[in-house]
Amino acid sequence: MATAAITTEREHYLNKEYGIRSWLLTTDHKRIALLYLISITFFFFIGGFFALLIRLELLTPAGDLVQADTYNKLFTMHGMVMIFFFLIPSIPAVLGNFLVPMMIGAKDLAFPRINLLSWYLYIIAGIMMLHCMVTGGVDTGWTFYTPFSTAFTNTKVIEAGLSVFVAGFSSILTGLNFVVTIHRMRAPGMTWSRLPLFIWAHYATSIIQLLGTPVLAVTLVLVVCERVLGLGIFDPNRGGDPLLFQHLFWFYSHPAVYIMILPSMGVVAEIVPCFSRKRIFGYQAVALSSIAIAVFGFLVWAHHMFVAGISLYSAMIFSILSYLVAVPSAIKVFNWTATMYKGSVTFSTPMLYAFGFIGLFTMGGLTGLFLACLGIDVHVTDTYFVVAHFHYIMVGGAVMGYLGGMHFWWPKISGRLYPEWLGKFAALIVFLGFNLTFFPQFILGYLGMPRRYWQYPAEFQVLNVMSTAGSTILAVGYVLPMVYFLWSMRYGKIADENPWGAAGLEWKTASPPPTFNFEETPEVTWEAYNYDQIPAPAEVLIER
Amino acid sequence: MSDSPIAVEHGPELRHHFASVEQQRDAASLGMWLFLATEIMFFGGMFCAYLIYRMWYFNEFAAGSRSLNLKWGTINTIVLICSSLTVALGVRAAQMGKRKLLVILLILTIVFGLAFLGIKGIEWHEKYEHHHIPGASFDATALEKPPYSNGGIDPSHEQIYFSLYFAMTGLHALHMIIGVGIFAFLLFHAWKGRYTPQYNTPIEIGGLYWHFVDIVWIYLFPLLYLIDRKPLG
Ligand SMILES: [Cu+2]
Repeated sequence: MATAAITTEREHYLNKEYGIRSWLLTTDHKRIALLYLISITFFFFIGGFFALLIRLELLTPAGDLVQADTYNKLFTMHGMVMIFFFLIPSIPAVLGNFLVPMMIGAKDLAFPRINLLSWYLYIIAGIMMLHCMVTGGVDTGWTFYTPFSTAFTNTKVIEAGLSVFVAGFSSILTGLNFVVTIHRMRAPGMTWSRLPLFIWAHYATSIIQLLGTPVLAVTLVLVVCERVLGLGIFDPNRGGDPLLFQHLFWFYSHPAVYIMILPSMGVVAEIVPCFSRKRIFGYQAVALSSIAIAVFGFLVWAHHMFVAGISLYSAMIFSILSYLVAVPSAIKVFNWTATMYKGSVTFSTPMLYAFGFIGLFTMGGLTGLFLACLGIDVHVTDTYFVVAHFHYIMVGGAVMGYLGGMHFWWPKISGRLYPEWLGKFAALIVFLGFNLTFFPQFILGYLGMPRRYWQYPAEFQVLNVMSTAGSTILAVGYVLPMVYFLWSMRYGKIADENPWGAAGLEWKTASPPPTFNFEETPEVTWEAYNYDQIPAPAEVLIER
Repeated sequence: MSDSPIAVEHGPELRHHFASVEQQRDAASLGMWLFLATEIMFFGGMFCAYLIYRMWYFNEFAAGSRSLNLKWGTINTIVLICSSLTVALGVRAAQMGKRKLLVILLILTIVFGLAFLGIKGIEWHEKYEHHHIPGASFDATALEKPPYSNGGIDPSHEQIYFSLYFAMTGLHALHMIIGVGIFAFLLFHAWKGRYTPQYNTPIEIGGLYWHFVDIVWIYLFPLLYLIDRKPLG
């Protein structure tokens, strides 16, 4: 069988049908994952382009590259594109779409046509956002704060709001599909305690998508109604209350951080055991900590409003609850580290990203505790300290996990191996570029440089130059994988079905997998991460 | 027509990626329940705003509530309860395989739904004529002040009541319109005889949606119409 597969072309999901129609009307979760991959990559580079313009403007203290108005639009569009069009869909819609059915031994997601619909909603939202950008953009910040967004700015708030609304429904449908699939489509023997942790993480993520996103949707509807119809629910001049807007907005947007980071944690939980050749330490604790993060995540939103005028007592309660989120996060970090202990660790590309994730996420998480502390928060609110903190979580955490996952499962997705040395090189560049970009921002923020300004006092210049230099290095690190992934599709070494010697059902089918994933529905009789029973792969492939 | 639910030769309604008809039905109904959970959160944002402003601006809310047309509101509540009944009977008819009865019940449901929307339109039109629509031409002077209130009525606070009234009933009406669309779709397929005792999941989950939209109204009616009405007052 194995030799026949190499000599004659085996039928798989990529070569089953050709032509644009077979892609645009597909209901195959793997093809939809690739559609998502292409579209989110496009938006990632658009958002990155705005980021580079921001960094370029901040190279010098004077506002010389762009004017204040333009700068406001730049950081707004950067935030909206990166959050709603890259980070939120990134891992769930690409890797999740590709892997969730395969990891649980299903032929597809429960609702394949809804899955395709969610991609189309994403595309419609994306076109609206692009149109909004080229016809003038928005300057409210990604947070749409009222009453500025409803009564003052004359930029395209309505179009941006509706675009995010539609993107939200795309995200809800993905989450709904995952929850139903994980509940109802598991293969025989795939019990809850045998699920890969990637699945647990996606389950928790989907719950947040389902329960959080509608609140953002209705809030944006009210903002749009306020602009179009003159309702006054969030406008103090018309009897409304801007704090209510902030409560509703952060009720979604804080948990949204976990929509972005939990899937990355799931990826790391797959990579670490594989390249340590050990069963994950504390499976149950890691699985349940995902759920705990989802639950706690809904109870801490007002830590974004400590200086907005909420009462001291509610601020104290939200502060304590915010500290609590650190507990399940720390459980994860300790368990990954414990997994490596006495394991036979290989430093291959996905593992490098996992290491990067663990380190940077820990830094981002610990600085999050600074911000949960009322006294310090008052000092650093709206400074670059906050910017650095959430970029450590979002870029250092979520994007690192995404890239690690892309490298880990690329052989499964494409059937080819990427050049290992280039992968390691890019991972290193990303890590260095990232730290050079964002570490100086912690110091800047602590020294008091406020965010969202297009110019700054001259004494901050050195640190800003470092940050800008880092961002260009980071950009190189992001372009590289895209180039060699594309290259490998044609010239990469052919991957066999399990090049890493990894556990998990997705590695028990061919690379790339056939359209219905498995020749016949697998029956699971083993525990997850049974690395004691799986031989390590040949040296050649791993290049230790 | 085979009696066993998992016939070896399954019908065209079983999609390829499901192992059995049961699995497919379970998935569809879980999917609808989850969707309804998102809908609760969707309406929840507005209910939350309502709760806060009602506590802050109670007099204005009471005055606004008194200006609503209780007669039409009550009739609409009855109309929707009747439509829920026809939906429930329709699900039963589908399970028993009574095609004709199912078609009649679906038509009745759609008629009730349209009647509700028509009455809602009449009420909105009344509000328009009384200048109760928030915006430049809003006018709260003619509103009856609750007897126990010692201050006057703040027009901007009154606008908040009507903002929420139109946002909540508008969103609910939008859901009704979608519901009527879904039921028109179900009617078409029921008329063609697609639903059998073995396969009637669409009727069931369409019904779930309809009941949910009804329940939202069951909350909206007292919250918006009955804030401080006296019996027969
Ligand atoms: Cu937060």
